[in-house]
Amino acid sequence: MTHHVLPMPCTEAQIRALRIGDTVTLQDTLFGIRDATLIHMFDHGRRTRFDLNGHAVIHTAPNVRKVDKRSTNDSGYEAICVGTTTSDRMERFTRPLMEREGVRIIIGKGGLRQGSLDAFAELGGVYLAIIGGTAALETTWIQAIEDVDLDDLNPESLWRFRIRDFGPLLVAMDSHGGSLYADVQQKVQDRRAAALAKLGVA
Amino acid sequence: MTLMTKADVEPLRVAPDAIEEAAKLLYIRALKVLPDDIKAGFTRLDAGESDGTAKAILATMIENIGVAERTENLLCQDTGIPIFNVQIGRNVELDGWALKQAIRRGTERATKEHPLRSSVVHPITRKNEHTSCGAHVPVINLDFVEDDRLLRLEMIPKGSGSENGSFLQMLIPADGVAGVKRFVVDAAMKAGGKVCPPTIMGVGVGGTSDLCMHLAKVAATRPLGSRCPDPEGAKLEEALTEAVNSLGIGPQGLGGDSTTFAVHVEVAATHITMNPVAVNIQCHSARRASATFTPAGLAIGF
Repeated sequence: MTHHVLPMPCTEAQIRALRIGDTVTLQDTLFGIRDATLIHMFDHGRRTRFDLNGHAVIHTAPNVRKVDKRSTNDSGYEAICVGTTTSDRMERFTRPLMEREGVRIIIGKGGLRQGSLDAFAELGGVYLAIIGGTAALETTWIQAIEDVDLDDLNPESLWRFRIRDFGPLLVAMDSHGGSLYADVQQKVQDRRAAALAKLGVA
Repeated sequence: MTLMTKADVEPLRVAPDAIEEAAKLLYIRALKVLPDDIKAGFTRLDAGESDGTAKAILATMIENIGVAERTENLLCQDTGIPIFNVQIGRNVELDGWALKQAIRRGTERATKEHPLRSSVVHPITRKNEHTSCGAHVPVINLDFVEDDRLLRLEMIPKGSGSENGSFLQMLIPADGVAGVKRFVVDAAMKAGGKVCPPTIMGVGVGGTSDLCMHLAKVAATRPLGSRCPDPEGAKLEEALTEAVNSLGIGPQGLGGDSTTFAVHVEVAATHITMNPVAVNIQCHSARRASATFTPAGLAIGF
């Protein structure tokens, strides 16, 4: 169980060093992405002008306020509340995000499936769990919304956040086939029969 | 035409403007301040949790409740689908159509004036009007209650992560209550960490298919500590809470004892050939706010 501080973007070697159970704090840059963003990027063939190589994306769609463009908020938006959504819906986009855009870290809640775990092992990626529903706290780790792309999808635009001490996040799926979610699911499956028996259900 | 009001008692009248203001206030308040019963639920789960990771996750959730209050920020980024449950007591005089429009305007104003993320889109075009409103949204449930001169608005911003953990099955009488129990355990397993546990699991038993699903929502959104008024339903609540928490799903699906604050059950009579069961889930950010109008004035609570 090691704690890592990773300035973004990062290298494959830095990702391969992470193991499930470790914790990570990210610095500098984070991209926000979710359902509509990914559907438009990979099903509708749209491209982003952002370079996501070696970067981290978080499954989010923030609450924002429109502001005059100024040095701290070049995007014309100010963050009100930035949180995290359930990752499972975005499962099929993990591999294309990594293969086409070079993304190395996915942050979300609830975990991803075997397909993502395979992509992490093959391409050098990792899933970091953030605590869902703790957006007020998470927002204090966001310094500014630096830029925004695909903003016709607002609030599901592609956001670029400037971050400081973003974490600690839990390494929940690593590049060595480890998944805390799979471990828990196996334990839960093993306990089902006893739970039903106690309820008097054959 | 005679109004069915008590003789010599002035009925309660609430102006649409007051409803609109209350609807706006409730949407914002619900997103920022967690009800006391949910806070107490966190304390209880934390005290009983044996897993280290789970304890750390619960601590972060509890910390977030404090940060939201101190910074007057939203507890969760998900502004949800706005739901308003309206209770209309006796000796209340109101224009029902105006009431519905006022709730809609209040929702729209909260979204634009705070501002809040509009999480509501057209289901086919996926177009977001940035008002948190659309066809049949906000959801408005109207009911009449016995209380004299009372009008109560309860606001629930229903998060989508947990709402996606909704399940219905038209079981048959031969499946018995055993089938109902198995369905709930399996629903908790399918939902796993996706529904942001610890949850309140709402279970509807009986009724028609749509009523059964509605009962599950009623169950998922009622305060912790409340019990099913039906004694058989109350017994099920206790047994199912213990069963779901014995599975070890834990906070965020990362393992532990704290999978659900409670399983709540609501029942309705059903047909001799039917045995429907539904599950609707509320996440740990189990947000509610209420406004109660009486002749004494307006009271804001949970």
